[in-house]
Amino acid sequence: MSTSTTRTTYNFAYLDEQTKRMIRRAILKAIAVPGYQVPFASREMPMPYGWGTGGVQVTASILGKDDVLKVIDQGADDTTNAVSIRKFFEKTAGVATTTHTGEATVIQTRHRIPEQPLGENQVLVYQVPIPEPLRFLEPREPETRRMHALEEYGLMHVKLYEDIARHGHIATTYAYPVKVDGRYVMDPSPTPKFDNPKMDHCAALQLFGAGREKRIYALPPYTRVESLDFEDHPFERTHIAARCELCGSAGVYLDEVVTDDKGGRMFVCSDTDHCEKQRGEGTP
Amino acid sequence: MYVAVKGGEAAIDAAHALLAKERRGAPDVPEITASQIREQLSLAVARVMSEGSLYDEDLAALAVKQARGDLIEAIFLLRAYRTTLPRFGASAPLDTAAMHIRRRISATFKDLPGGQVLGPTFDYTHRLLDPALAEAAPSVTVATAPGAEREAAPHVTKLLDGQGLIETNPPADPDAPVGDLTREPLEFPAGRDLRLQALARGDEGFLLALGYSTQRGFGRTHPFAGEIRMGELEVSFVPEELGFEVPLGSITLTECEMVNQFKGSADKAPQFTRGYGLAFGHAERKAMSMALVDRALRTEELGGEVTAPAQDEEFVLAHCDNVQATGFVEHLKLPHYVDFQAELVLLRQLREEWVRARDASASGDGKQEAAE
Repeated sequence: MSTSTTRTTYNFAYLDEQTKRMIRRAILKAIAVPGYQVPFASREMPMPYGWGTGGVQVTASILGKDDVLKVIDQGADDTTNAVSIRKFFEKTAGVATTTHTGEATVIQTRHRIPEQPLGENQVLVYQVPIPEPLRFLEPREPETRRMHALEEYGLMHVKLYEDIARHGHIATTYAYPVKVDGRYVMDPSPTPKFDNPKMDHCAALQLFGAGREKRIYALPPYTRVESLDFEDHPFERTHIAARCELCGSAGVYLDEVVTDDKGGRMFVCSDTDHCEKQRGEGTP
Repeated sequence: MYVAVKGGEAAIDAAHALLAKERRGAPDVPEITASQIREQLSLAVARVMSEGSLYDEDLAALAVKQARGDLIEAIFLLRAYRTTLPRFGASAPLDTAAMHIRRRISATFKDLPGGQVLGPTFDYTHRLLDPALAEAAPSVTVATAPGAEREAAPHVTKLLDGQGLIETNPPADPDAPVGDLTREPLEFPAGRDLRLQALARGDEGFLLALGYSTQRGFGRTHPFAGEIRMGELEVSFVPEELGFEVPLGSITLTECEMVNQFKGSADKAPQFTRGYGLAFGHAERKAMSMALVDRALRTEELGGEVTAPAQDEEFVLAHCDNVQATGFVEHLKLPHYVDFQAELVLLRQLREEWVRARDASASGDGKQEAAE
């Protein structure tokens, strides 16, 4: 494989092979220590920090010529940033792309886990803005690393307890912290907590890339992932009462779409592939 | 009527076309060339090179043009290009005392070996808009001072050094590895080499504000501008297979050495301390701000207590990179409706519960009154 990097032709999937090796080493370490944030020498990518540079680097490092890539943002394949990232890999790697969850071997996502359960032959790559679940409780990195090392998660439990005392609920609806294999507390990226149960014992490998913060972490297939809670206040999945008004699905995550300025609302599937599939099967 | 957010691809292409049109501006005005930017907006080019960490005037000028004058965007373009370049080694250390000086001033000594050289500076210009510049101005001829033979200009700090009045710089170790935060993730506490690298790449405005804050009392360092020098230096590289220095070319640098008061501690006699700033091109504001912040970040090392933002290494280094900062601030433009929806569901639930609780307590109060 050519590693030449001229201004017009880039290496397969943009990153040079040495960088990919470095990232793969970080990924392997992350898989070996589930939920642990592995520092890596994140590169400057041709898209802005905070727009998926971590996920893009992870995807670029694991992508092979035969892979089929799906990119979603907010569950949808057609949101602008998903389109932009998919185009980036079409251009730099020339891999096949798809919008069908079942057909993809690598799925890069921002903020959602597809409704269709993932299989063993699939990898889900999350874009992560702030990988540190303790960051908003403790802003200093050496301190949070120490807390993870000592498994000192009291601060997080106090925060959740204060939520219950004040609101009667744990007032975290997305980026809801999880405990991985009974050891590390991990940020699931800003997915709605509705998706948290899908992470538990998931058949697919789940990789998390945070480019700006230079961290990679992972959930190997079939890893135990528990959302933090209390015995008397068990984790509650966000209850979605409505059905999708396009495909009629129930029990899936819905976007609320404002249809006029008189209070008109409609609910539609956030997962566009799921919605299209339901509609396709529904119509003869 | 629900309109799916389809056609993202077509919209992106159309947006890019619009951007190109806006960049060009009115077609009856001649298009600016990258070489014009390189020659006539050289301070913008210098900033883009410094914060882009790549010394290439032509590419930096192209980036300024492509970014429509948005310097942070231009820095981003240059960085994204730089990251694809192979790294084949580190240059030989530069001896800035040997600089071909175009400007050199000291605020601590009236006269000194090498002299005070004003050079091309905005200092002492009256900031009056010059209508003559609105159109092409006549070319300027510069008289050279008679007998302006190049005289050796040792660093001011070196003059103080001889008397033990200023801390000595730690001796250079040629075999020590050169830290590079673009190749290794930055960890805290960082060494001074990585700190200086981060500051050199750091946002000029952010460092300016931090440096200014130390002057206003948030971590005072009592600085004197020991010396500011700007000029050309040759960069060379020692290829392993040759074993001798090969010149790569000449670059323009601005260097600032701050001399800071230090009252001493139990272990150290009172002496002056240093803050260091270095930037590509002519970039005095950047070099001075960097030197102020470098010294402020040495507070702990010098036995002081870290109390102000400019003294806090993690605060400064984690936030001084404008490409990182702008990316993360601007990512708020990306759709967040999935998370927003989750918040809406919770907020509606909390409000319902609040109303129910209020109504319950109101009707409860009413009954009590009736019973009394």
